[in-house]
Amino acid sequence: MSRFETIPSVAQGLGDVGYVADEGIAGVVFLADRLEKPVLVEGPAGTGKTQLAKSVAELTGSRLIRLQCYEGLDESKALYEWNYRKQLLRIQAEQVAEAGGAAAGTDWHALEADIFSEQFLLTRPLLEAIRADEPVVLLVDEVDRVELETEALLLEVLSEYQVSIPELGTVRATQVPMVFLTSNNTRELSEALKRRCLYLHLDYPTLEREREIVRAKVPDITGELADQVARIVRSLRSLELRKAPSVSETLDWARTLVVLGVESIDAAGARDTLHVLLKYQSDIERAARELLAAHA
Amino acid sequence: MLELLSGFVAELRAAGLPVSLTEHLDAATAVHHVPLEDREALKYALGATLVKSSSHWRAFETAFEIYFSPRGAATGAGAGGSGPGDATEGEAGAEGQPAPPGAGSLSGAGGSAEGLSAEELAQLLYRALRSGDRGLGGLAARHAVDRYAGIEPGRPVGGTYYLYRTLRHLDLDALLERLLADERAAGELTDLEDRLVADEYRARIDALRQAVEAEIRRRLVLDRGAEALARSVRKPLPEDVDVMHATRDELAALHRALRPLSRKLAVRLGRKRRHRRRGPLDFRATVRHSLSTGGVPVEPRFRHPRPAKPEIFVVADISGSVASFARFTLHLVYAISTQFSKVRSFVFVDGIDEVTQLFEQAEDPGEAVYRITTEADVVWVDGHSDYGHALTEFDRRWGDEVTSRATVLLLGDARNNYHASGAWVLDGLQRQARHVYWLNPEPRQYWGSGDSIVDEYAVHCDAVVECRTLRQLEGFVATLA
Repeated sequence: MSRFETIPSVAQGLGDVGYVADEGIAGVVFLADRLEKPVLVEGPAGTGKTQLAKSVAELTGSRLIRLQCYEGLDESKALYEWNYRKQLLRIQAEQVAEAGGAAAGTDWHALEADIFSEQFLLTRPLLEAIRADEPVVLLVDEVDRVELETEALLLEVLSEYQVSIPELGTVRATQVPMVFLTSNNTRELSEALKRRCLYLHLDYPTLEREREIVRAKVPDITGELADQVARIVRSLRSLELRKAPSVSETLDWARTLVVLGVESIDAAGARDTLHVLLKYQSDIERAARELLAAHA
Repeated sequence: MLELLSGFVAELRAAGLPVSLTEHLDAATAVHHVPLEDREALKYALGATLVKSSSHWRAFETAFEIYFSPRGAATGAGAGGSGPGDATEGEAGAEGQPAPPGAGSLSGAGGSAEGLSAEELAQLLYRALRSGDRGLGGLAARHAVDRYAGIEPGRPVGGTYYLYRTLRHLDLDALLERLLADERAAGELTDLEDRLVADEYRARIDALRQAVEAEIRRRLVLDRGAEALARSVRKPLPEDVDVMHATRDELAALHRALRPLSRKLAVRLGRKRRHRRRGPLDFRATVRHSLSTGGVPVEPRFRHPRPAKPEIFVVADISGSVASFARFTLHLVYAISTQFSKVRSFVFVDGIDEVTQLFEQAEDPGEAVYRITTEADVVWVDGHSDYGHALTEFDRRWGDEVTSRATVLLLGDARNNYHASGAWVLDGLQRQARHVYWLNPEPRQYWGSGDSIVDEYAVHCDAVVECRTLRQLEGFVATLA
């Protein structure tokens, strides 16, 4: 039943699919599998929260089902919906058949049972993940964007791995999917939701890990350049910027440097490509002032 | 193990972390699945099940260090255990070395005399930092604690003083200078390289400082047991830190916490404004939408209500008595002013000045706060708070601009140095404005004592709120608007 043997094997496996995991990440993924609990991943934007779910799906050979959250997301978009147009057609077809001379074939109860059967059910991501026969990874992306009331929808799915549909009864999961919820922390999630999840805080990586990420994702880069990139980014993050460079921006920058054929970063080269890393003019100016022109 | 875990959970709760029974059970289950000898794995297993907020991680880490500290003298587990060759060599050197008599005078604190001499220790530190070897760093930290901390068994302390004493003797700032000077001498460095090297060494020195702290903790645990020590090192969570009495580190943590908080508040308030009420029926949209259901208006459409834009007047006391609170509130005002369209800010001591402009021009809160404290014209006579004069002045100069849509926020401790209160101004403001709130950074039991006249003002305010911590502040702003 369990997908992973040991914690190091999780880290190793994730590394093989191109995700550099530290011990904390590997440990939480391992536990999520063993305890059959969802993982709530929180942290600044661009630190690989969504990528983690994708990589785990790739590692375990599961299908990734993604529910992108947004304000106003409701039951019919997250769980299931009755295909009422098809139901209307079904009823109309019945009426036409009756008018056409066929004796009142089916009574209302039979019809009702018919139009509330599975062929009129539109499954949405949550239900789909529960009903899947093959192993799946469910990714609930940016869960902090939904309202507090909608969050409650998730609770039954996440703790019991089941969905109650009044007309059909309760659908239980045949296999427990791995669930990842990501949050950018724009609001406090409810206690009830947090309690049901394992919590993983993904912060900006350490110097060593970032260097490894750069080398894993930008294969053409030299070790020396990767090291330089990681160190400059770390120094940038220590400044008080409006938006610190994220890992994805680090990677963009590394790729830019490789494409430009830069061997080693000097002040001029860094200044010309800073806009890849930093997205505010005031940040770029400040970084140039502090890092490139500063004289200790 | 389960007993240890229960003690640990009790400690987390005492530190203010909300750990529920389910989470405790989860942790107990999780412990079964991780190899117990792997301390890091255990830490992340407990962290994932017990800690559900990143701001609580530090408190968790401290408690973990204490409850699950590596016992036994020289396990070296906390130091990462790398570089065993260096470690044994250093250890052997340490044992073969009799205590040099002259070095004792350097450690006036009466540390244990065994171990390395001061010069050798400095040498070891230098090598550890130069090479960035964690094992060597851990070894240096152990020797440093041996030599300088002067731990007195049985004293009920948290170790802050031992840490301070050790670090003072190590003089890491001078060491940093020396390392940098050596780097510069070794080869020509460009500005960029220079900066990178400095940052690298700073990171290593930080790691060393943490190693020293961990070492002191470990020894204290050996001395007094986990529970007693946990009680002495317990610190409030960032959102519970009293702003008036925060240390510099705590203030820095507060400011970091303030930024996401302001974004959170903006999101919440924005949502509230959009969703509070539906507007009147939008007939046209309803008919248009009904076409998809065969002309039957199944789903009525409504107009969006025009969002009410609250006008906010923030009047803050920035006198010495509330200095750290004032800096904090100025950061908050900055955060608010970037989220709301109409925020006007005023600061006063005994005179009053409008600083809306400064906030609008400044790029970041640090700069804004700096310019306000240097440029705002807030001293009228002697630079001691005079609420009466400041309020009268406010009324005279800007009183007419407070409309019925405005919310007035007053920030201060209302310690008026026995001047006239000028409470009639507030009375007038309350009639004019939609709301008048007073945020007081003092604990409620001090209100009205000494020269505090907050009670006199309170009768004219919609609410006077005790606002000493981030949590209280968050609670208040959520009720606003």
